[in-house]
Amino acid sequence: MTAADSTQKQKVSFAVRQARRPAWALLGEKALTVLIYICGISAILFVLSIFIFVFKEAAPILFGGHFSLSQFLFSDQWYPTSEINKRYGVWAMIAGTFSVTALAMALAVPFGLGAAIYVSEFCGPRVKETLKITIELLAAIPSVVWGFIGLTVMSKLIVTFTGAAVGVNILNGGIILALMSVPIIVSIGEDALKAVPDSYREAGIALGATRWQLVWRVLLPAAKTGLLAAVLLGVGRAVGETMAVLMATGHAVHIPHSILDSVRTLTANIAAELGEAPAESDHYRVLFLIGVLLFTITFVVNLAADMVVKGIRKK
Amino acid sequence: MTKDRLAVILAVCCGAALAAGLTSGCGQGGGDAKSGAAKTTIQNKGSDTMVNLAQAWAEEYKKLAPDVDVEVSGGGSGVGIAALIRGTIDIANASRDMKPQEIEQAKKNTGKEPKQFVIGHDALGIYVHKDNPLTEITIEQLAAIYAEGGKFTKWSDLGAAMPVGKDEIIRVSRQSSSGTYEFFREHVLNKKDFKLGSRDMNGSKEVVELVANTAGAIGYSGMGYNEPGKVKMLKVSYKKGEPAVEPTVANTMSKKYPIARSLDLYTLGEPEGAVKKYVEWILSDPGQKVVEASGYVPLSPEQRKK
Repeated sequence: MTAADSTQKQKVSFAVRQARRPAWALLGEKALTVLIYICGISAILFVLSIFIFVFKEAAPILFGGHFSLSQFLFSDQWYPTSEINKRYGVWAMIAGTFSVTALAMALAVPFGLGAAIYVSEFCGPRVKETLKITIELLAAIPSVVWGFIGLTVMSKLIVTFTGAAVGVNILNGGIILALMSVPIIVSIGEDALKAVPDSYREAGIALGATRWQLVWRVLLPAAKTGLLAAVLLGVGRAVGETMAVLMATGHAVHIPHSILDSVRTLTANIAAELGEAPAESDHYRVLFLIGVLLFTITFVVNLAADMVVKGIRKK
Repeated sequence: MTKDRLAVILAVCCGAALAAGLTSGCGQGGGDAKSGAAKTTIQNKGSDTMVNLAQAWAEEYKKLAPDVDVEVSGGGSGVGIAALIRGTIDIANASRDMKPQEIEQAKKNTGKEPKQFVIGHDALGIYVHKDNPLTEITIEQLAAIYAEGGKFTKWSDLGAAMPVGKDEIIRVSRQSSSGTYEFFREHVLNKKDFKLGSRDMNGSKEVVELVANTAGAIGYSGMGYNEPGKVKMLKVSYKKGEPAVEPTVANTMSKKYPIARSLDLYTLGEPEGAVKKYVEWILSDPGQKVVEASGYVPLSPEQRKK
C-alpha cells in the first residue's frame, strides 16, 4: 500500500466519523471552543481589572484637590507618617528604581545573551544539558534568599573590595538583580536562537562563514525579536522584584550620586509600608498611586519594545 | 514557548491550590480524630522587637498546652496594631503604645476596646561597630544625627576619631511600620522627622547585622538583639555633662536609662478562653523567665500574675 492510499483512507474514515457524530458531541465541541475563548481573553480581563482596582484605590487622593501630582513625581521628600508635615514625593525612589534596573541590565544582558549563544550554538550536548539544568536551578531560588545573600555575603565583599562606606547599595542590588534575571534571559534567548531554522546555519556555513560570522550576521538578526523578548522579560523581573532589592539596596530615600550609594525602589517601598498604612488613609492611597506609576512604567516599556519589534519586522 | 510556560505555571498553581485544600482538610480531620476536640489557634502578630520573644513563648507554651497553637508573625508594631483594628488577630505585640486614634478606630471597627498588657521592658540600644572609639552619646547628639535639619554627619563632629575614609556617619534606621521607629522619633527626635537617606531596615535583627558589617554605622534596636563582640552598645545620657547610663537590666528597671520603654500585648476587649490563659501565663513567672532569657527586662515580682 502506498502512502497516498493510506492518507486517502484516513480522510474517508475521518469524514465518516464526523457524519456519525451525535448532537451532544457537537455541543461539547462548541462549549470547549467557548471555554478556550474565555481563557484567551481572560488575560486581558485580569490585567484590566487589576489596573481598575489599583486605580480605584488611588483615585480619591489624585482628584481630592489637596494633592499635587507634580510634587508626587518630582519631590524627593518622602515623609508619609510624619506628625508635623506629611510629604509624599517619590522622585528619589524613581531614581532608585531606574538606577538599580539599569545597572542590573548592563550586567545581565551581555552575560545572558552570551550564555544563550554559547548554550545554543557552541557547546556540546553534555555541557548543554548540565548548563541548562544549572541555569534553571538558578531561576528557582526564591528572591528572599537572594536578598539574604545580598545583605550578608555580598555586602561584606563590596565593603572589602570597593572600600564603600556601606555594603548595601546600588551595586549590591544591581548584581543580585542581574543574577536573578540572567536565567530568564538565557532560557528564553536560547529558545529564540533554537527557533532559527537549521537551513540558515547550513546556508551560512556553505557560504564559508566562520562560526562567529554565522552568529553575528545570521543568527542574531534572525532571532532579534525573540532575543528582545528575553531581554524585556529580564527587565520586567528587575523592575518588579521586591524582596531582594528591599534587603540589598539599603532602602534609603536618597537620590544616588554614585554606584555605591544606598537607594530605595518603588516596589520595596510598597512592600515595606502597605502593611501598616491604615486603610483609606492618604498614605494608603499614595502607595496605590505608586502602584499605578509602576504599572505605567511597565506598560510604556512593553509598548516601546513592541514598537521596536514592529519596526524591525518592517525592515 | 511562552504559552508552554503559561500552561506549566497554571498547572502548578492548580496543583498547589488543590494540595493546600487537601492538606487543610486532612489537618482538621486528623486533629478531631486525635484529641476529640478542635485545636485552638491563637493569632499573634506585630513588633519585630518582640518577634523572637513571642516565638519563644509560643514554643514554651506548647509544652504546657499541646492543643493550643500560637501562630506568631512580625512586620512591625504598626502592622500588628493594624491587624488588631481589622479584627483579624487575637493578640497584637507592640513596642509602643497604641495611639488614641488607633484605639478609636478599633472601637469603631470591632465594637471592642483594645486592652493593654505590659509584659516587660526594653532598653532601646544605640548600636555602633565594635571598633568604634565612641563609648557614650547624648540624646541631643542622637537628634543632631538622625533628625531632619540635624547638623551632625561625620564622626569627627562627635569627637570620635575614625579611620580614614570611614568618617561619614552611616545612619541605620527602621521602616515606618516599626514601633521602635515611632518610639525613637517621639523620645529621641522629639516628634521631629527623620533626616532622609537613612538605611531603613525591615527588622530589629537586620539593624544589628548591618551595623556589625559597617565600620561607620550607628543604629538603634531592642536590647535583646545585642551581639557582644560584633557590635557595641553605647551608654546614653540626656545632655552633655550628665552621667551616661549603660543599657542594663538594672538600669532599665530603675528607669535610669533614658530611652527605656515597655513592651506590650494588646487584645480586643477582655481576653477570653485560651487567649486569656495564654496572656496570664505570660504574666506569670514561667512566662517572665522567657522574657529574661530573650534578653529583655521582665516585670518586677509584684507586677506578675500569681
